[in-house]
Amino acid sequence: MSQKKSQAPKRSLGSKALIAVPFLWLVIFFLAPFFIVFKISLSEVAVAIPPYLPTFDLAEGWTGFVEALSGFSFENYIWLIEDDLYWKSYLSSAQIALISTLITLVVGYPIAYGMARSPKEWRPTLLMLVILPFWTSFLIRVYAWIGILKNEGLLNQLLLALGVINEPLVIMNTDLAVYIGIVYSYLPFLVLPLYASLEKLDISLLEAAEDLGCPPWKAFWKITLPLSIPGVVAGCFLVFIPAVGEFVIPDLLGGSNTLMIGKTLWVEFFSNRDWPVSSAVAVILLLILVVPIVLFQNHQQKLAEMQS
Amino acid sequence: MMIKGILTGVAALGLMAGSALAQDRVVNVYNWSDYIDESILEEFTKETGIKVVYDVFDSNEILETKLLAGGTGYDVVVPTGSFLSRQIKAGAFSELDKSQLSNLSNMWKDIEARVDKYDPGNAHSINYMWGTTGVGYNVEKVKAALGEDAPVDSWDLVFDEANISKLKDCGVFLLDAPTEMIPAALNYLGLDPDSKDRGDIEKAGELLTKIRPYVQKFHSSEYINALANGDICMAVGWSGDVLQARDRAAEADNGVTVEYAIPKEGALMWFDQMAIPADAPHKAEAHEFLNYIMRPDVMAKASNYVYYANGNKASQELLNDDVIGDPAIYPTEEAVKNLYTVTAYDPKINRIVTRIWTAVKSGQ
Repeated sequence: MSQKKSQAPKRSLGSKALIAVPFLWLVIFFLAPFFIVFKISLSEVAVAIPPYLPTFDLAEGWTGFVEALSGFSFENYIWLIEDDLYWKSYLSSAQIALISTLITLVVGYPIAYGMARSPKEWRPTLLMLVILPFWTSFLIRVYAWIGILKNEGLLNQLLLALGVINEPLVIMNTDLAVYIGIVYSYLPFLVLPLYASLEKLDISLLEAAEDLGCPPWKAFWKITLPLSIPGVVAGCFLVFIPAVGEFVIPDLLGGSNTLMIGKTLWVEFFSNRDWPVSSAVAVILLLILVVPIVLFQNHQQKLAEMQS
Repeated sequence: MMIKGILTGVAALGLMAGSALAQDRVVNVYNWSDYIDESILEEFTKETGIKVVYDVFDSNEILETKLLAGGTGYDVVVPTGSFLSRQIKAGAFSELDKSQLSNLSNMWKDIEARVDKYDPGNAHSINYMWGTTGVGYNVEKVKAALGEDAPVDSWDLVFDEANISKLKDCGVFLLDAPTEMIPAALNYLGLDPDSKDRGDIEKAGELLTKIRPYVQKFHSSEYINALANGDICMAVGWSGDVLQARDRAAEADNGVTVEYAIPKEGALMWFDQMAIPADAPHKAEAHEFLNYIMRPDVMAKASNYVYYANGNKASQELLNDDVIGDPAIYPTEEAVKNLYTVTAYDPKINRIVTRIWTAVKSGQ
């Protein structure tokens, strides 16, 4: 034991300071806001500025603080459990996120594969093309989809002109539009990690398979796909996690009956002006999202161990 | 749109920061969308040298969220009476300094008396516009769907499944505002439109859920263009907005005729009040703005443009005939008796109201 201890290099002050920076960042921009939200979730709605009670008043000192604490209750969480709207929202968010992730994978895999197999000199350009949409605001790109998908939109006009359909397709304000929006917006997040893992793949393995008489589709199934799994998993998590809490896409493209927790949260906060309940919704959303995030972390860690 | 509101908000803040540096006199106004003749703002700047940073919203709820969060940076906001009364209780507004408002004498005593129930003594606000929440419809399309004797003067058009189901295909919009739609449903059911009873409100929710399948969208401003373009054939909307749609359709000469009806069962009468937030950064400029708005010629110009009645008696002789003479805008004494007003919900019942509304909208 003692030997081991002496072997471990002592952390210098400099490296401690370096580690402190991200920790401080997390405390200021994640932990502190989380506790503020958690605190509001335990309070009660009130006609006041801000619209909840109790609030802490530093001037009242310790007794005021204790008094305020006694005003806290878990009533808002009970309200959430009793009301099935919230559970339906969480479930339907998870469902929409899951289906979108699968569609993104089906669309994104061939793109990443094609990029990884393209001539080396093309790859930087192709990579650039995947990143290019980020140069335009996300919001504007979602708005553009309204122009494409609405009843008198570009898509319907094109299909009508070609004679494919006689009646305009109703896509705007439906769940389908939400899927299209999510798949489009998050595609680069799946393509990039997938491309990275496919590019690293050793081509000689496939050549060996071919030499041994393995047909290309089987070589893909037996070699390429298993070796690209880390990229698939990373990409899927990067799509799934933000998609669960997505607000802009269901709000702009979805219909009134598209239930997603991000939208429910928005309504609770802005339309209902119910800060305590919306804070409780946010806390639970975070707890639910912690599960896939921890899974993702574990996966990444295992990967790092495997590589080292 | 909500998002658009946020964007314009951010843009407005940017403008505020810019103008503060230049030491200009500014007033930050937050008003309803499609609610002013913008030349009024330009003329105000020309006369007073005060720059107007103008930003818009389309729901009382959004305004209240911002006000109750505090620090909005707005100097003049325009909530509806029932919301105003709750916001006054929350301490969101400062009292008006009436010595700075010489044009107050132009205001209409009848309207001030009605507003008194929301803002006692009219201490915090002046009336900007008032109107009704009724039914806007596309004359040709509704007749095509329901025949010549379609009940266009009745809430039956909206709340009777037999009627609204036939309008589904040509498009129906409802206001995205529980404080408008629930009183309308209560009134149709013969209950008190201002009821604060949970059972009553649930009954209103059931009625709205029943007609939900025939509603294309819940939105509080898009129906103006949708009606004018003929994209929809009926909307529950605010009087002046529907009349603006009527005019846009007439101007476009697109074969669409839009009409507005105050249903015979009665309709909600509301008052949009201009008030100054307690933490407004430019209170003197805000008072100057309110005083300017209360000038008869300015108020008449505003009403002539937006087709809403105003609370300014002196402006009435300057109004166009198609405004002062239209009973849809200035209802007759008799018709006013049929109108009802509502008061604010307290926080607990408000939670139930909004919950029911979410359920109605999401079709759950």
